[in-house]
Amino acid sequence: MKDELKKRIVKAPNGVEFEVEPLRDYYCEAPPTVMPQAYSKIVEKLFNWARSESIWILGFGTGCGAIEMRPLMTPRFDAYRYGVQWRPTPRQANLFIISGYLSVKTLKRAIRSYEQMQNPKYVIGLGSCTINGGMYWDSYNTIKRLDQYLPVDLYIAGCMPRPEALLQGFEDLKKLIRAGKAEGANQYAENFEWYKANQKQVIKDWDMPDYNW
Amino acid sequence: MHELTTRLNKLFPLGELTEQRADLAFVSVARESLRPLLQQLRDQEGFTHLVLLTAVDWIEENQFQLTYLLSNRSEACDIGIRVMIDRDEANMESIHDLWPTAATYQRELKEMFGIDFPGSPRIDEEFILEGWVDLPPYRRDFDTLKFSEDTYAQRPGRETLDPAQHMKDQLYPVVEE
Repeated sequence: MKDELKKRIVKAPNGVEFEVEPLRDYYCEAPPTVMPQAYSKIVEKLFNWARSESIWILGFGTGCGAIEMRPLMTPRFDAYRYGVQWRPTPRQANLFIISGYLSVKTLKRAIRSYEQMQNPKYVIGLGSCTINGGMYWDSYNTIKRLDQYLPVDLYIAGCMPRPEALLQGFEDLKKLIRAGKAEGANQYAENFEWYKANQKQVIKDWDMPDYNW
Repeated sequence: MHELTTRLNKLFPLGELTEQRADLAFVSVARESLRPLLQQLRDQEGFTHLVLLTAVDWIEENQFQLTYLLSNRSEACDIGIRVMIDRDEANMESIHDLWPTAATYQRELKEMFGIDFPGSPRIDEEFILEGWVDLPPYRRDFDTLKFSEDTYAQRPGRETLDPAQHMKDQLYPVVEE
């Protein structure tokens, strides 16, 4: 556990001393909950249509795939015409693209970023590294199966997939969302213990709260 | 390059000399004469830039080879100094006071090879890996495939093809009579 996360006595500017327990005081302890469906089926369908038409991507590139997202923001491929855009913070995003290999160190940050995103949220695994390890199949510090650690709604295969493949992936994700099948966030909430156990198995120095949005 | 090594040989007992190119040579020295040699090269011979400091694991000889690569910018030539150290409880004198950048290389070697450099700044802090518990991963007795199979969940069904055989089968399929 890092020093800044340990329980300690802090002296305020006015001289009052008080106890701080960062894990309890600064972070949320409540585990995520399953988001219920709307009260009527047709309303849920409307919601899903609306969700599918506003895909906001977290600008977090984990591997070489991040370079494939740059052309999508420029006029040649122009993903913005499909209602897709990139956002700088997890709070504003609802799609997390794991764009390539994930080292254990990056996995830690990816988990924190994913948990900070607000529902509804989706995860795309981009490239073969997220599917079965790809060319990093025997590496000592990259994970081989992304779906053990984060709920993946859609995989885009390739090493690396071209920007066109990503555009096709966005269209496929929209179909999944409209069909009500992109339930990754709810799966994460339902199987929270299982995901946490898997995450802690590879992140040996777990120094953050279990759930930290 | 040749004059330089002749000159240095008068001052220090130099070991094996490899002249890779006209502007690149490698010399082996004993661990005791490394520091005076580096100082001589830096202050008198114009090798002011430490290009890199890296290690090779000679597991069969039970030794680590440290390579200090120095560059002389005005002469546009490089010299590599090879030092062999014992592999068990590997440690080496720090040179961070000669080149501050060496501290970063030494941190990397501590983490990846387990070579200790006592006194080097932040040498005991994690460098790249977080929470590493196994053998240092660049050591040759660390089995990276076995570690990854034991540690990370694998997706079943992955098959590995021999590239030569696979291309042969693809390009020249066996025609059944």
